Amino acid sequence: MSTLHTVNKSPFEKNSLDTCLGYVAGGSAVLLLEDGVYAALKGTSVEPKIKSALDSAKVYVLGPDLKARGFSEDRVIEGISVVDYAGFVDLAAENAKVQAWL
Amino acid sequence: MKFSIQINEGPFQHQASDSAYFFTKTALEKGHEIFRVFFYHDGVNNSTRLTTPPQDDRNVVERWADLAEKHDLDMVVCVAAAQRRGVVDDGEAQRNGKDATNIHPKFRISGLGQLVEAAIQSDRLVVFGD
Repeated sequence: MSTLHTVNKSPFEKNSLDTCLGYVAGGSAVLLLEDGVYAALKGTSVEPKIKSALDSAKVYVLGPDLKARGFSEDRVIEGISVVDYAGFVDLAAENAKVQAWL
Repeated sequence: MKFSIQINEGPFQHQASDSAYFFTKTALEKGHEIFRVFFYHDGVNNSTRLTTPPQDDRNVVERWADLAEKHDLDMVVCVAAAQRRGVVDDGEAQRNGKDATNIHPKFRISGLGQLVEAAIQSDRLVVFGD
């Protein structure tokens, strides 16, 4: 059963991304939103973690929250898909449940 | 699809109420049903009609109220969380001997059973918080 995991904290502030990635099963989806979008950026110390998560899970980042923080989509790690709120709603509907890692 | 939304964070604490609002609005625009929006913990602060943000800032409470008006949303505030934070309706004012109320008429105060029911009755419960 696939799950949409949402992470809204910066990985440099809290360890919710780590906790989330520890639970993510193959075929699941992870959505980075709010300050969670910092984990989607190229060149940070968490990039290897995200890249290895991308081997088994799908990773998404909320575009409006990237933009609100001044980041363009070309700053995002390859393999991560940028979605808008409509995409967020679709992900919540497509997956069997939604787990927020607050 | 039937969604319910849980909000655990106040309107000006961080971003959860904004994220929840845009998710709810978009879900409705896409034709989904919102069974209930449940305000829990500091989230109850989203329901006070006395809020007066600066004119160039979004009015989080009125924005929720407008969405509720347009789509007939059931917006429920947790009673225990509300009592702690001084969010009061007529019934609570009478029961607790308070001289005023501050809840916005588009919200209603009720118990956690409403959250449990929302989780059971909805296809998805989406949680926003800090």
